[in-house]
Amino acid sequence: MLGNDAIARGLVESGCAIAASYPGTPASEILSSVVRWRNALALRLHAEWSVNEKVAFEIAYTGSLTGLRAAVSMKQVGLNVASDPLMSAAYMGVKGGFLVISADDPGPHSSQTEQDSRLMAMMAKIPVLDPSSPAHAMELVGLGYELSEAFEIPVMLRPTTRICHACQDILPGEIRPLSREADFRKFPDRWAATPKYRHVLHKELTQKLAAIAAWPRTAPVRVNPGTKAEKAVVASGIAAAHAQEILSESGLIDRVAFYRVVQPYPLHAEFIAHVLSSYEEILVLEETAGVIEMQMADRSRVRGKLSGTVPEAGELVPEIAERLIASFAGVAGGSVAPPAEGGGRRPTLCAGCPHRSSFYAIKKAAPKGIYPSDIGCYTLGLNLGGVDTVLCMGAAISQAAGFYQAYRLSGKQADIVATIGDSTFYHAGVPPLMDAVVQGARFVLVILDNSTTAMTGYQPTPGAGRGASGEPTTAVDMEGLVRACGVSYCKVGTPSRLPEFTALLKEALAASRAEGPAVVIAREPCVMDRAQAKRLPPRKHVYITEECNGCRYCTSQFECPALVYDEEGKRVEVDGLLCTGCGVCLHVCPIQAIKEQLPEGGSR
Amino acid sequence: MNGKNEAMPFPRQQIVLSGLGGQGVLFVSRLLAEAAIRKGEPVLTSETHGMAQRGGVVVSHLKVGGFASPLVRAGQADGLFVLSEENFPHHRAFLRPAGWAVVNARPGRKDEPRGAIHAIDADGLALSAGNGPAANLVLLGFALSRLGARDEGGLLFCTAEGVREALAERLGEKGSLLQASLDAVALGMLHGKR
Repeated sequence: MLGNDAIARGLVESGCAIAASYPGTPASEILSSVVRWRNALALRLHAEWSVNEKVAFEIAYTGSLTGLRAAVSMKQVGLNVASDPLMSAAYMGVKGGFLVISADDPGPHSSQTEQDSRLMAMMAKIPVLDPSSPAHAMELVGLGYELSEAFEIPVMLRPTTRICHACQDILPGEIRPLSREADFRKFPDRWAATPKYRHVLHKELTQKLAAIAAWPRTAPVRVNPGTKAEKAVVASGIAAAHAQEILSESGLIDRVAFYRVVQPYPLHAEFIAHVLSSYEEILVLEETAGVIEMQMADRSRVRGKLSGTVPEAGELVPEIAERLIASFAGVAGGSVAPPAEGGGRRPTLCAGCPHRSSFYAIKKAAPKGIYPSDIGCYTLGLNLGGVDTVLCMGAAISQAAGFYQAYRLSGKQADIVATIGDSTFYHAGVPPLMDAVVQGARFVLVILDNSTTAMTGYQPTPGAGRGASGEPTTAVDMEGLVRACGVSYCKVGTPSRLPEFTALLKEALAASRAEGPAVVIAREPCVMDRAQAKRLPPRKHVYITEECNGCRYCTSQFECPALVYDEEGKRVEVDGLLCTGCGVCLHVCPIQAIKEQLPEGGSR
Repeated sequence: MNGKNEAMPFPRQQIVLSGLGGQGVLFVSRLLAEAAIRKGEPVLTSETHGMAQRGGVVVSHLKVGGFASPLVRAGQADGLFVLSEENFPHHRAFLRPAGWAVVNARPGRKDEPRGAIHAIDADGLALSAGNGPAANLVLLGFALSRLGARDEGGLLFCTAEGVREALAERLGEKGSLLQASLDAVALGMLHGKR
């Protein structure tokens, strides 16, 4: 079972009735897996892909106010979006158990930051559980619900990429349906508290936390009881799994005390006192920040992130853990460096991806433009020189407006072309578009509408007209939404029709100079999304003629993986396995050496 | 509830699978994990998802036997599956000194049937069999027959039969796909014979 499947299984086994999420690596599979089990077992459970993490949080949280068990799942930067309700929900507390699942991405492998969600739990003052394996994550879902209901508090479950995307043999447990019905008990002093009463709630919250720091069920576990030791290793999450394996394989498990922390915050008070008084030296291994470490009151004998012993940035890979443990224990070993991440090949847009045509057309229409972009597959437009900035979800539009205002003040004109995906536009793009209209910012916004959330696994968008299990839903009308924001120029184009699409962008640029933000919707399905395969245009068979002089314009400026430069022949070839036959490259070669092979007897 | 993970006796096996997004690295690692589960062995894998899947470098770790961490450390892998030859210089660092590797390589790369590095043009074979995307399974079949199963005096933790059963379980409902996949494994096995 994948770690995310294990978490989902834990949710359905614990009687979760409301599950909401916005997709993001490494958390995406949690909700899809909940949906699969709901459908397979005919469970009474509402599951939704919400428009963003804030909305997902609020829907799930409110479910818990009615007494039902609920969960919201997201990646760590999604929690930033949901941080507003999180801080407040901690004060007000819950009725039914409520889990906030925030998946961190140390590395980072597929994220803008490697922030530690446990710090968000500290800021909100809620307990956080840190699983060390997929099986442990499944177990902590059930325990998290008990903790949440025992103290009427939201509980965070914080897996990391290496938990979410690890697979382990796990036997599913029993599904125990809860016979609960939604029953909201009005209590405005709590659910609609004014600042005066929030003070009381805050005091209660602090008392809850002190009690949770003494709750035996989530106390740190001594993995090797009985071992007499002067030194101790304290670890949580995947770092505890690495440490356990390294200590066992090296035999150090017989000489060093080893504790696995399940609840890094609030760290159990008795545990802190015990380790500080029992050991001469303590090594803390955790990701990504020194959360356990900072709760140790006297850190003179504590080695960790804050002491400078453990690297503060990057994933705590087992090779590093091995080196740290060996040097901490005073033994040889751990000299092998991990292979560097990534290696040779950088990620790129897929062959036939409509975004490639969009970026190529944008560069043609505004060759000296500024190109703010956003979070999604199309961030890879970087490779094509079509992306200058990527900040966070929805920022392409506000950054376009920011560039406009800054240049206007300096009396300068610049063509600004922003790109944003459809899912990201719905998520956080609407408020900045309204702002741009009101402030008269002049730029072109290209909404790359492939009708899916492609990067994270083709989850439906609000415009897709289908729900989490493919059932039909009402679809949001994107053009209507754009116009309702006050945009007067809004046209739809097909990026793979490259000459027409480039002309459309030029027209939009002219319109934006005269009347404020202009929107072009680049609408074409994702080539990888099987659900949309029927909407793809007919395949064209392309080949390279003898004229190809190996100038590499197509491989550098268009960078389709199906166009491969042959070092020996000094010319470009088409990779028949990868080519999708979109035919856009027919317009790209400066000397027209890419041609279409017409079918026998066919004409055009 | 987690299968006997913490105190299993040896022999254990650690394998790293390397390739590019879209080559089916994930599929092969899940298949091997399934084969391990069918043998009753505890298994942990670690996968690459997200941005890197768009044509970037993809690495899976597979650990069969009693392990706690899902990651293979450099210098610890018993074996390496390489679906994209260009990754080989980079990822061979995972191998322990006596480890083996099977590499999907362009024709002309030296195959050493008695050595530790085994090469096959899995892309070419899959294409000529009319099933280009199945190069991952051709390489797997090649490894199964070239290395042999540990139970039968070879090197791999699982048998060809175990892999075929895992394939049947995964693709059982898609009859034609299952047959094509079994054919690809068989094709690789044919070329793996010493």
